[in-house]
Amino acid sequence: MLTGKRLTFRRAAIAFAAFLSALLFAGLAAAQVEGQPTPGGLGLPAMVTPVGHEAQAFYNLVLLPIITLIALFVLFLLIYVCWRFNETSNPVPSKVTHNTGLEIVWTLIPVLILVVIAIPSFRLLTHQVEVPPASVTLKVTGNQWYWNWKYPEDQGGGFAFDQMMKADSDLAPGDLRLLAVDNEAVVPIDEVIRVQLTSNDVIHAFGVPSFGVRQDAIPGRLNETWFKIEKEGVYYGQCYFICGKDHAYMPIVIRAVSRPAYEAWLAEAKQKFAGNDTPRNETKLQVAAGDAQR
Amino acid sequence: MASSTTSEHDAHHLPRGLTRFLFSTNAKDIGTLYIIVGAIGGVIAFLMSVAIRAELAQPGVQVFPVLAQYLHGADPAMALDAGKNLYNMFITVHGVLMIFFMAMPILIGGFGNWFVPIMVGAPDMAFPRLNNISFWLLVASLVLAVFSMFVEGAPGMRGFAGGWTFYPPLSGNTGTPGPAMDFVILALHLAGASSILGAINFITTIFNMRAPGMTLHRMPLFVWSLLVTAFLLILVLPVLAGCVTMLLTDRNFGTAFFDPAGGGDPLLFQHLLWFFGHPEVYIIILPAFGIISQIVSTFSRKPVFGYLGMVYAMASIGVVGSVVWAHHMYTVGLSLNAQRYFVFATMVIAVPTGVKIFSWIATMWGGSISFRLPMIWAIGFIFVFTVGGTTGVVLANASADRSFHEGYYVVAHFHYTLSLGAVFAIFAGFYYWFPKMTGYMYNETLGKWNFWLMFVGVNVVFFPQHFLGLAGQPRRYIDYPDAYALWNLVSSIGMIPLTLSVLVWLYVIVEAFLARRAAGDNPWGVGATTLEWTLSSPPPFHQFNVLPRIAGSEH
Repeated sequence: MLTGKRLTFRRAAIAFAAFLSALLFAGLAAAQVEGQPTPGGLGLPAMVTPVGHEAQAFYNLVLLPIITLIALFVLFLLIYVCWRFNETSNPVPSKVTHNTGLEIVWTLIPVLILVVIAIPSFRLLTHQVEVPPASVTLKVTGNQWYWNWKYPEDQGGGFAFDQMMKADSDLAPGDLRLLAVDNEAVVPIDEVIRVQLTSNDVIHAFGVPSFGVRQDAIPGRLNETWFKIEKEGVYYGQCYFICGKDHAYMPIVIRAVSRPAYEAWLAEAKQKFAGNDTPRNETKLQVAAGDAQR
Repeated sequence: MASSTTSEHDAHHLPRGLTRFLFSTNAKDIGTLYIIVGAIGGVIAFLMSVAIRAELAQPGVQVFPVLAQYLHGADPAMALDAGKNLYNMFITVHGVLMIFFMAMPILIGGFGNWFVPIMVGAPDMAFPRLNNISFWLLVASLVLAVFSMFVEGAPGMRGFAGGWTFYPPLSGNTGTPGPAMDFVILALHLAGASSILGAINFITTIFNMRAPGMTLHRMPLFVWSLLVTAFLLILVLPVLAGCVTMLLTDRNFGTAFFDPAGGGDPLLFQHLLWFFGHPEVYIIILPAFGIISQIVSTFSRKPVFGYLGMVYAMASIGVVGSVVWAHHMYTVGLSLNAQRYFVFATMVIAVPTGVKIFSWIATMWGGSISFRLPMIWAIGFIFVFTVGGTTGVVLANASADRSFHEGYYVVAHFHYTLSLGAVFAIFAGFYYWFPKMTGYMYNETLGKWNFWLMFVGVNVVFFPQHFLGLAGQPRRYIDYPDAYALWNLVSSIGMIPLTLSVLVWLYVIVEAFLARRAAGDNPWGVGATTLEWTLSSPPPFHQFNVLPRIAGSEH
């Protein structure tokens, strides 16, 4: 029968565990503006691509519940043994050092849990890595410290532009600090966009949280990723590999619009960026273009 | 002339001062030296983390430009840029110091040297002078690493600022043409050599110098943990050495191992680095596991549950941990099958790790637990390491990692397993063995303040970082979009109790030396069954001149 300090301790531990779990799950329902990080956010951002939705479901419905249960289970066991087998409650220690059945159980059950995790894990992995037939292919090149976007000529493009972060002094009302850029990259919704990635100098990484996309941009290598955006909007990303002093200052902005609006923008952009015929610095690098992922 | 009075011989010839420490061939003294270096490295790295969290407490850049002006005399017009570089350099050096100059020296060089020979009933390590070289190589390495911070790295900037994993081309001439990176490379050569030589010493000692009756299956689990660790060190440090040498020649002798313009590949570096880098984290945590086994057993007054399972678990963690390195590379463009393999292999490690967690709990089950300070740290370890381990299972999945790679979820994961896991085990070992090493008992209440301030502090610092990672905040960023402000502030506030706990710990040591309460041979009672508790506190300069004979199977 628990009394006094032990009772208080037990209650405090339970309350703490309940609080933690509540915190973990509560924020998942917080209001989110798609494409940008939610202030005070607790979970993955709202996703706007099929891969993103699948990733979010995998984390929220498979991984997070499993790891929460495991952590709480271990916490409960620890609290229980401390309460039941402290030297006052149990002055004579047992001599039991083996229990084959228990050892089998605590080997097999984790294996089963891992199998349960592996099934959705591998399914999502295949969806992420295998690029479906794409109607738009873009080449994105990381530089110190900005992204260069190239739209191929045979898809209505034939121009390239640099996407530079807006300095604090250039921010317009409603612009997000550290995320807003001068030239947004426009893409059509509901189409598979293939993004080919490389770098002109050091390793960078292209990541857009609301797409569930993150891929390194490596000099001498052409990497590939893809996304299919399901709704119009403005989606922000950042550089996800340390690349020098302005690593935190090279954001990505993608504006998804309808196909007609995209084609209109292409025509405009061709004019606007005509002077950038050969993207700056491209000749600096001899890109070995073969051998992207299979 | 036969010597039957070896202890008197000792008393006459006990070395003092410089001879005793500069030229030491005594594993216990060398262990003490390692612990001191580890404490110094840890305090410097901790101060850097205070500056880092101070910067990240609020959006915008406030701290580092000022720090850059103060530390490097940076021109005010250049202060912002110098500050950005200094921030990246701080996070780099923080990682290098914590791994190579805090965790490894204390766990392996410190507690390993002190207690592996004693626990197997040996008078010292197999190669006492090699032991000495190992230590001083580490000091030389630290000097070079610190030196690197003050010479040029990136153009116009000081120090190497590309993360402790130092990938080229940022660590090559493209990103860091100045000599700072070369100093870091040379520091790593020396630290690697130090650890390889030390590993040779541990393996030889454990295999060849066990006292009569001390079979391998009677050895304490701490010794087993050092044995597996030593094998890992010998396997992977030469690969690191090769990797950094290739980087050195790329930088200085015209080779192109990692330079695509010359036919090389930046990914070769990553494979080589992580082939070392992943086992490295097991090298850090295995001795910690060994310490926890000793402490849980002592304070439950029960032998560890499932001894053989624990041995096999450590061995399999070591073996499997050597073939999972590319889970650090899920976003570089590996093939689907390569990613599948590494996901599978990485998840496998969760099984032996789980076996250990459950075995510790089963040790406590049915025991007679006393909540002395080392046990409080050990119980804390079991919980926080489980939290860190589960986020590791999340990250093992390449498909999930797509949303977490190089973000704060990863930072939270490795700080939970290291700053909470390994560090808690270090403090547990410290409080367990401090009376033995010094002969003095510390103040239990002060020690509890150390624990609770640290427990609250590290959890407040690192738990919110899971939220930041989920929300998308990249790591190694001096500034972040305003939406990430709340949890960054909470995280930084956690540094207050954490800093206080470090100060309390320093005071615990000072107070213990001033109060000089005699600890006695064995302050921990019948649960302390390993050989160090049969010796005086501190042990004699040379113990086991007559080898103990081991009977029975208590460990």
